[in-house]
Amino acid sequence: MKTFKIGGVHPAENKLSAAQPIKVAELPKIAVFPMGQHIGAPAKPIVQKGDKVKVGQKIAEAGGFVSAPIHSSVSGTVLKVDTIVEASGYAKPAVYITVEGDEWEEGIDRSDTLVTLNDRPELTDKDIISKIQNAGVVGMGGACFPCHVKLMPPSGSKPEWVIINAVECEPYLTADHRLMLEHADEILVGVTLLMKAVNVNKGFIAIEKNKPDAIALLTEKAKAYPEIEVVPLNVKYPQGGEKQLIDAVVGRQVPAPPALPVSVGAIIQNVGTAFAVYQAVMKNKPLFERIITVTGKSLANPSNFLARMGTPMAQLIDACGGLPEDTGKVIGGGPMMGKALLNTDVPVCKGSSGILIMNEKESLRGEVQNCIRCAKCVGACPMGLEPYLLSACAEQQMWDKLEKEDITSCIECGCCQFTCPSNRPLLDLVRMGKSTVMGIIKSRNAK
Amino acid sequence: MKQLTISLSPHVHANDSVKKNMYGVCIALIPALLCSFVFFGIGAIAVTAVSVASCVFFEWAINKYLLKNDKPTVTDGSAILTGILLAFNLPSNLPLWIVIIGALFAIGVVKMTFGGLGCNLFNPALAGRAFLLISFPVQMTTWPEPLQGFMTLDGTTGATPLSIMKAAIKGNDASLLNNLPDGIHMLTGQTGGCLGEVCALAILIGLVYLLVKKIITWHIPVAILATVFVFSGLMHLANPIYADPVAELLSGGLLLGAVFMATDYVTSPMTKKGQLIYGVAIGFLTVVIRTWGAYPEGMSFAILIMNAFTPLINNYCKPKRFGEVVKK
Repeated sequence: MKTFKIGGVHPAENKLSAAQPIKVAELPKIAVFPMGQHIGAPAKPIVQKGDKVKVGQKIAEAGGFVSAPIHSSVSGTVLKVDTIVEASGYAKPAVYITVEGDEWEEGIDRSDTLVTLNDRPELTDKDIISKIQNAGVVGMGGACFPCHVKLMPPSGSKPEWVIINAVECEPYLTADHRLMLEHADEILVGVTLLMKAVNVNKGFIAIEKNKPDAIALLTEKAKAYPEIEVVPLNVKYPQGGEKQLIDAVVGRQVPAPPALPVSVGAIIQNVGTAFAVYQAVMKNKPLFERIITVTGKSLANPSNFLARMGTPMAQLIDACGGLPEDTGKVIGGGPMMGKALLNTDVPVCKGSSGILIMNEKESLRGEVQNCIRCAKCVGACPMGLEPYLLSACAEQQMWDKLEKEDITSCIECGCCQFTCPSNRPLLDLVRMGKSTVMGIIKSRNAK
Repeated sequence: MKQLTISLSPHVHANDSVKKNMYGVCIALIPALLCSFVFFGIGAIAVTAVSVASCVFFEWAINKYLLKNDKPTVTDGSAILTGILLAFNLPSNLPLWIVIIGALFAIGVVKMTFGGLGCNLFNPALAGRAFLLISFPVQMTTWPEPLQGFMTLDGTTGATPLSIMKAAIKGNDASLLNNLPDGIHMLTGQTGGCLGEVCALAILIGLVYLLVKKIITWHIPVAILATVFVFSGLMHLANPIYADPVAELLSGGLLLGAVFMATDYVTSPMTKKGQLIYGVAIGFLTVVIRTWGAYPEGMSFAILIMNAFTPLINNYCKPKRFGEVVKK
């Protein structure tokens, strides 16, 4: 069975909530919309205190080409345009809306009827992309790269395939898994829309084999779409990394940055994005709700929710039985790449794939010992780098050496630190080195 | 609300540790250790016990009194491992005070002087053995015959397979090789030699354990064994005064070195490519020393020489980067 070639690890999967059907989360009392929910320029608020808004109404417009608009997920009154402390720890602009009822914008198709491209033959690639852009769709896997930007590759590059990332390689998370089981038809239509948007006639849906039910279901349903192929992959982290996924599915390796995946012919989109694209294009529904996994070993009822953006994470945790006594850490996202949260008041955003609650014991790192040069980090690195060397050079502030050793290729997947028997903070140091070196390169290029 | 822990990802760990790896190697050494007790009796137990105890003691004492280290590292198992490996490289009738000197050199000079765990340039146990071999050549090259009864301390000593091979080369007389024990005896360890190197089978069991537990990868042992097999095989074909490759593989410290010494994390290269180069070079040097050197055994010197080249190998053997464009 296929997988990517270099490195990788296999953390305990812990998919505790895999069998839990998606539940619709209750509406929040106050919904909070941070303006920087995506990579690129933050959105600009276009509502003011006291304004009445409906579900699906645009409340902030894109701050540039690489940006995305934000839509209200609730109906009610704008409470204030203020700031919120995000997962990054910084206060960022945000719109607060007091929820009153649940009144949707007209024009949003709330029915379950499946609409396929056959029903809408008049749709052109440009229509699809502009609908996606206006609906504020971003990459739902966590990186939140605006979807329309990826669908407009730089001139000269020729997309050959759309590859749907449905591997969900992060331990614990099951949101994509449940989405595939419950919305397979919509996902497939979403894939055809993405393929049409970039004018390719081959699409892959890559799923790790720890989700056999999803593989079986999608393979069966994909029979109606001969141009879409479901590709089962061996379970290995970080298979959901763009570069690793392309390598696993079509066997091509994207060169070092600044080369884009499209340079080898691949457009990658998350399976959640494909679903959001379907809703945006066929149902006129902006991106204002998503599937999110709330999980953890100490949590009473690990669950998958369909939650409106802006819902405080604390509310979802309460719906799973409340924050356990022995909670040590709350992570937004999965355990390998997720961000530890300062508090649980953080709202659900476009990139919130999961909330993971770890107990006190799991939250602490082991004692750091000397590097024993076991080379496990070198073996685990999916980019073919030498984390032991990079971290040591970062510690010594040897920036030139770090650049020569290709530190900018690091995808920060954390395999090195995961595997280190000496518990060394390899990725902490590599991150520091990488951001410094990227700054040096940027200022050098500016001259 | 109570304070949440904030840290950067990854938030999970493989639960691997230095301890697990070190004790894992110790477990892999158990079959060979038991064999040495069976073959060499109480002498083997005494040498091993003294070696382990003095290695642990010296590491503890140096940490506490010289380095004033708050966190003594003796519990990580590396000193115990060095102790066992040092004992494995000594004859069972070696006076115990020499064992203690070897342990002092291994831990005190080779390991702790460079900064302790992970910082040493040379394999401590092998450096200890080399030091003793040069300082006490007679005691270090007098090996008792195996299976002389458990309590025998002053048993008869005899020729080892390697000394027979050396004699054949020196005397230019292939018939001397007929005195070699047969393959089965060499595999099970019924020949003279150092404590840990006599039973090839026990070492191979250890190798399987290390590979299954993913403590080591196959690259270094296979590179060494294949090189020795091919190189000594060619020599044997060219001139029968050189022993056949199977005898070369099964004799002396070759297997012990290839499985437990050359694979030492700290002193071996970091990349697969580097490990293969390192293994091939060790195999080559071993046969060269065995054939043309002054000592009958070349394994320990070959590994120590390549230990010195490890930083250089690390510098030049880079892993293949993802997406690397092959330069034409």
